[in-house]
Amino acid sequence: MTNGWNDIKNADVVLVMGGNAAEAHTCGFKWVTEAKSGNGAKLIVVDPRFTRTAAVSDLYAPLRPGSDIAFLGGIIHYLLSNEKIFKDYVLAYTNAAFIVKEGFGFEDGLFSGYNAEKRDYDRSSWDYEYDEAGQAKLDPTLENPRCVFNLLKVHYSRYTAEMVEKTCGTPKDLFLKVCELIATTATGAKTLTSLYALGWTQHSKGSQNIRNIAIIQLLLGNMGVPGGGINALRGHSNVQGITDFGLFSNSVPGYLAMPNSKETTLEEYLKTRAFKPIRPDQMSFLQNYRKFFVSFLKAMYGKNATAENQFGFDWLPKVDVNLDTLRQFELMFQGKMNGFICQGFNPLMSVPNRKKLIAGLSKLKYLVVMDPLHTETAHFFENHGEMNDADPAKIATEVFLLPTNCFAEEEGTFTNSGRVIQWHWKAAEPPGQARTDIQIMADLFLRLKALYAKEGGKFPDPIMNVDWSYRNPAKPTADELLREINGRALADLPDPADATKPPIKKAGELMDIFAQLKDDGTTSCANWIYSGCYTEKGNMTARRDPSDPSGKGIHPNWGYAWPANRRILYNRASADPSGKAWNAKKKVIEWNGSRWAGIDVPDFGPLIDPTQKATGPFIMNPEGVGRLFTRGMMREGPFPEHYEPFESPVANPFHTKVQSNPVARVFKGDLEVFGKSEDFPYVATTYRLVEHFHYWTKHAKMNAVLQPELFVEIGEQLAKDKGIASGDMVEVSSNRGRIKAKAVVTKRIRPLVCDGKPVHIVGIPIHWGFIGATKKGFGANQLTPYVGDANTETPEYKAFLVNIKRIGPAA
Amino acid sequence: MTTSTEKVAVVRDTYTRYNPSERANHWLVVVCALLLMLSGLAFFHPVFFWLTALFGGGQAARAIHPWIGVVLAISFTFMGIRFFRQNIWTKEDSEWMSHVGDVINHREDKVPEAGRFNAAQKLVFYVMFWSVVTLFLSGLVLWQHYFGDAFPIGLQRFAGLVHAVMAAAMIITMIIHIYAAIWNAGSVRAMTRGPVTGGWLWKHHRRFLREEVGGRK
Amino acid sequence: MQSLDVRNRSASTAVPPSVRKDLEVAKLIDVSKCIGCKACQSACMAWNDLRPDVGVNSGIYDNPENLGPAAWTVMRYTEHEEAGRLEWLIRKDGCMHCTDPGCLKACPSPGAIVQYANGIVDFVQENCIGCGYCVKGCPFNVPRISKADNRAYKCTLCSDRVAVGQSPACAKACPTGAIVFGSKESMVDHAQGRIKDLQSRGYDKAGLYDPQGVGGTHVMYVLHHADRPELYSGLPNNPEISPMVALWKGALKPLSMIGMGMALLAGLFHFVTKGPNEVTEADEENARKLKGRDAA
Ligand SMILES: Nc1nc2c(c(=O)[nH]1)N[C@H]1C(S)=C(S)[C@@H](COP(=O)(O)OP(=O)(O)OC[C@H]3O[C@@H](n4cnc5c(=O)[nH]c(N)nc54)[C@H](O)[C@@H]3O)O[C@H]1N2
Ligand SMILES: Nc1nc2c(c(=O)[nH]1)N[C@H]1C(S)=C(S)[C@@H](COP(=O)(O)OP(=O)(O)OC[C@H]3O[C@@H](n4cnc5c(=O)[nH]c(N)nc54)[C@H](O)[C@@H]3O)O[C@H]1N2
Ligand code: HEM
Ligand code: HEM
Ligand code: SF4
Ligand code: SF4
Ligand code: SF4
Ligand code: SF4
Ligand code: SF4
Ligand SMILES: [Mo]
Repeated sequence: MTNGWNDIKNADVVLVMGGNAAEAHTCGFKWVTEAKSGNGAKLIVVDPRFTRTAAVSDLYAPLRPGSDIAFLGGIIHYLLSNEKIFKDYVLAYTNAAFIVKEGFGFEDGLFSGYNAEKRDYDRSSWDYEYDEAGQAKLDPTLENPRCVFNLLKVHYSRYTAEMVEKTCGTPKDLFLKVCELIATTATGAKTLTSLYALGWTQHSKGSQNIRNIAIIQLLLGNMGVPGGGINALRGHSNVQGITDFGLFSNSVPGYLAMPNSKETTLEEYLKTRAFKPIRPDQMSFLQNYRKFFVSFLKAMYGKNATAENQFGFDWLPKVDVNLDTLRQFELMFQGKMNGFICQGFNPLMSVPNRKKLIAGLSKLKYLVVMDPLHTETAHFFENHGEMNDADPAKIATEVFLLPTNCFAEEEGTFTNSGRVIQWHWKAAEPPGQARTDIQIMADLFLRLKALYAKEGGKFPDPIMNVDWSYRNPAKPTADELLREINGRALADLPDPADATKPPIKKAGELMDIFAQLKDDGTTSCANWIYSGCYTEKGNMTARRDPSDPSGKGIHPNWGYAWPANRRILYNRASADPSGKAWNAKKKVIEWNGSRWAGIDVPDFGPLIDPTQKATGPFIMNPEGVGRLFTRGMMREGPFPEHYEPFESPVANPFHTKVQSNPVARVFKGDLEVFGKSEDFPYVATTYRLVEHFHYWTKHAKMNAVLQPELFVEIGEQLAKDKGIASGDMVEVSSNRGRIKAKAVVTKRIRPLVCDGKPVHIVGIPIHWGFIGATKKGFGANQLTPYVGDANTETPEYKAFLVNIKRIGPAA
Repeated sequence: MTTSTEKVAVVRDTYTRYNPSERANHWLVVVCALLLMLSGLAFFHPVFFWLTALFGGGQAARAIHPWIGVVLAISFTFMGIRFFRQNIWTKEDSEWMSHVGDVINHREDKVPEAGRFNAAQKLVFYVMFWSVVTLFLSGLVLWQHYFGDAFPIGLQRFAGLVHAVMAAAMIITMIIHIYAAIWNAGSVRAMTRGPVTGGWLWKHHRRFLREEVGGRK
Repeated sequence: MQSLDVRNRSASTAVPPSVRKDLEVAKLIDVSKCIGCKACQSACMAWNDLRPDVGVNSGIYDNPENLGPAAWTVMRYTEHEEAGRLEWLIRKDGCMHCTDPGCLKACPSPGAIVQYANGIVDFVQENCIGCGYCVKGCPFNVPRISKADNRAYKCTLCSDRVAVGQSPACAKACPTGAIVFGSKESMVDHAQGRIKDLQSRGYDKAGLYDPQGVGGTHVMYVLHHADRPELYSGLPNNPEISPMVALWKGALKPLSMIGMGMALLAGLFHFVTKGPNEVTEADEENARKLKGRDAA
């Protein structure tokens, strides 16, 4: 989230698209209710199904799964062609005026630089024109046809309301109503907030959905403003935390990159990472990349990390391919992976294409499952008939179950979608032999280290040099770890302003903020963005002061929001270039003549005088402004383009040559098992229900009572065509498998007319499996396709093809 | 002149008014009806709620009442079949009813002769018959434990009303019936041991007596 | 803090006079804010330690499908189309805590149902005999008799929590603020604000459901279509205690009591004044004569 949960109450229009906030983010959704009842806000829901979020919406519009880029592109087209944009903001705070260099182009669904063989782009043409000083050129008059704004207009000129209707199946008048409501926030007087999650991300081009909303919010001037922003609603209670700590195999904590094999020295690695501003007056957090990275290495290797040995840079793995989930299971499937430690993860249920998973897991030598519950994955080798068609006699994988406690049985932190890190206390003792994940991992580490000490090995250094100076090495505490994360001075740190003054930090003292970090090895910090969460004043994440002095939902003394306890990111953009709030009602910080001040921590150099310097507000970017054109940051191009899901019932209405994302993550064998619409005529999508959390609450009787049995949802027309009555048993099949379920026939799903033909939708909740207190059920991922987003590798769970038939009355 | 029945009995003729099976049947009905009345009244009005104590408490009284009702219904069916023919209403019964004041005031000489059952007894029979039928049916509908969800709520409410009305009617009739049994000396002996004297029949069921002796001809 | 002074008690002719004038409480359920998340249902189960059986899906979202002895509140989902616009009306069903409670009126067991001065209608299982009259008396089809112990159960409005100054578990858990709890007066006030908001969004017929047929309720709804409450899974329009029940539990009782008493007294006076009707020797003589004549 750029803004935060509490901030949603400041919104005037709330767009829930690509998510089902009421069901999947129920507690957070209260702020939408607040916005509605307290602020008179209007709620728009765009979803293939009329969800429980839609039940309280002011405007609902359906769309075909996987067609969001067309819909959002249509909104951009509407805003541009009706001049419903916040012009001053766009000019000052986006790269609208930046001139794109010759050579960049777009034709027949492809941007310049495509290599069909590699299924990848040469992205060098996707950039600005620079002057001799290396500064980007721009045309503030917006007359240059190659400036971003004009390229944007040209690109989106194809996304007309008619094309939206044709592609998405959304009736044109309904679509235009959505546009009109969104456009009411273009003036700076009102703001739009966007709440999204998997409905946008779980597509072969998911990241581009989010790029689209970024463009919309920049055009409307809604970034950095209360009640605005782009708010990703995160998943698991600590998925935000895990992302902050390097969820991807190619990153280290704090969104720093893992080095690759070409980067053989620290200097080489840093050369490309710590980017330089490309506009005059620009400053950037990431100029401090070296400080963050060296402090990270000091946290990893402690005293063993020295300037002489590049702070242990060599001990970090060098990663050339991203080992995302899809690739992991592909490797397993190919027999190239021997062992798998599965910690708090139930891939047999959650990863696409069950058949492939069972085959892969069966090839492992060993599987370690660390979980408080009996997961399907841990029992993958058992035969449960059609629900899990494994043959135990043929599986040699050795499975170890290591019982862990559940989060409520230990202390630690959660980081919520709004980046607020919150300490939680232990509520109960773990049962039986359960141990905390930390204890298990520590034990594992110490045993590995002892083995290396005894037997040596090819390259023991990365293990032997790790700093493990916890009070009890077998049981590091969450409190110790959080302090390590926050960072501390390893030597006295002199005052940068006046070295004669006493040091700002004595050796051993905790950091107050990442700005104090050093690149000479005198500080350590495991995750720079969390720096400040545990200071000499105590554990900031354990603060529970609910007060909100401004009444704007800032709550500065509740937990700790990274970075720097800032609640609204880019909040400098809430003020005009001169430093005055665009709208007094939506004021966050202002230039008071000597510094930036207001109700939130400024996301800006607090002393940068706007009357003297034209520093842009988006200080994470070297250009200082928001990007309508993303340069080479995205795999499939600088502007989002509509591509069909890999399984789709219609031909791409935008271009005939390129049906689906040309750079999506897809493996050879999987391409072959995509289904055709002749055999599988209906579009399926999978999703959550409020009553369950993935595959674990089915173990709880209470949840089982509230939603006992697997069902699929279909519209009344399809039910009639297929002779299915509500409550009947049906079989849903894709080219990869089949499931049996109860049918829920509903008015809430209706056929959408795309390109003249009706498209029926089959909705499949994900929560059932062959273990638990609920009725046993098939898993949705017996059906789903093995293809991922080009940038995040997130699988395309949200749009694929199936068939459905009635198999009988309720059993 | 002695009026000792004991003495008279020795010399006088006796007639068997109820055979053992009839008597047993009647008293089974009586036991059920009394228990039903006692337990039913407990639910009927708070002032009687203490009566549940006789049955082992409210839960037990509630549970057993309908079952007794079922026994009553079965045993009454037999009794009904037994007495049905003798209870068919005739013109003479209407005539008898018009003299009910004379009956009450011990002026039997002015009352038309009655058969085996007089008109008042027949009325008791009818009221009992219809009470048991409606109480049984309405009781089933009211029977939460087994039929709680079987009937529409409107019908359940109606059954509650009907059951209460009919129970009251039946209790009033029972009071009258019991009183009549006590008041008319010799009746109880007829129902407990079987015999009545010729005089008893002469007094109360003269036409029946005539038929009896005529029948011996 | 709430006292639990009793205002009304089932099958009882006298009620202890209350010294305190208690604040009437109410729970307001804003159907227009409800997202059907069932948090209230799980909170109710958790607080009251209820675990109904795991059921099945029968083609709807309602689970448990109905109220039960261990399901004191359930969400009811209705898909309603109006002027081409789909609405998903989701209503939290449960006891309404009527001011004039039909259950209490019908209950034959003293103290099995009590109404506190604060308006809460509570079942006291120790005193319940399991007759099911409350089921018949309730205009909202709420009470359920447990097959396990033959006692009646329903929402208590968390009288145990309210008594110590807490809000009901469901209200506490409701994430959207669709359930609010407070004094009846303040809830009616709060509802007015909500109704205005709904009217501004085009629901001209938005309103408060506080049916006067049962004297008003201590659980109230804000409805977008207050003119048609039956849209919400059959919420009764103008509910009242059924006339059948009113008669059964009303006029009939004293009348019957008088009838039975009169019959008893009539017998007594008749006996005292007229004495037993005895057979005389003359009757025996007549009988003998009759027999003799015939024999002759
Ligand atoms: N109750 C509950 N809450 C949860 C979870 C849970 O399991 N249960 N899981 C947590 C986790 S890990 C996550 S990641 C989040 C996920 O949160 P959400 O993303 O909100 O959850 P989903 O139900 O997967 O998907 C949301 C909606 O996307 C819609 N959808 C499907 N295809 C499309 C499409 O092409 N376009 C658009 N616009 N919408 C589409 C679906 O109909 C569905 O209503 O939820 C978190 N919260
Ligand atoms: N078809 C389809 N598939 C999907 C999705 C979809 O929308 N559609 N959504 C995807 C998404 S967004 C997600 S996040 C995944 C979720 O997929 P998974 O993460 O595989 O599913 P969970 O059931 O949440 O598994 C988490 C496990 O962690 C265990 N656990 C809980 N607490 C602890 C703890 O303290 N320590 C340890 N070691 N374990 C613990 C739980 O018991 C549980 O078994 O599913 C994905 N799969
Ligand atoms: C014939 C079969 C009968 C059945 C199946 C039956 C059943 C019932 C039932 C189910 C109740 C509700 C209380 C409970 O569950 O125990 C009830 C109440 C009652 N019954 Fe019966 N009953 C029968 C006969 C009778 C008879 C013969 C009488 C009276 C002589 C009687 C008098 C009552 C009374 C007074 C009530 C209380 C009514 C009220 O509260 O208004 N019942 N009966
Ligand atoms: C304590 C209670 C009762 C007593 C003492 C009692 C006593 C008697 C006696 C003495 C007779 C004989 C009268 C005669 O032969 O003229 C009689 C007849 C009869 N009794 Fe009862 N009875 C009682 C209750 C009942 C009840 C509850 C019923 C029915 C539900 C019933 C039904 C009958 C019937 C059908 C007859 C045959 C005569 C008639 O039709 O009235 N009695 N009873
Ligand atoms: S997981 Fe927790 S915070 Fe999230 S909606 Fe459920 S109860 Fe609320
Ligand atoms: S908890 Fe609140 S929002 Fe959720 S179902 Fe209950 S009333 Fe509705
Ligand atoms: S079942 Fe209902 S009416 Fe009967 S005693 Fe119990 S609470 Fe009262
Ligand atoms: S709703 Fe029914 S159970 Fe609740 S108080 Fe009213 S009559 Fe009684
Ligand atoms: S008030 Fe209490 S008992 Fe009633 S529904 Fe809510 S939680 Fe359950
Ligand atoms: Mo997730």
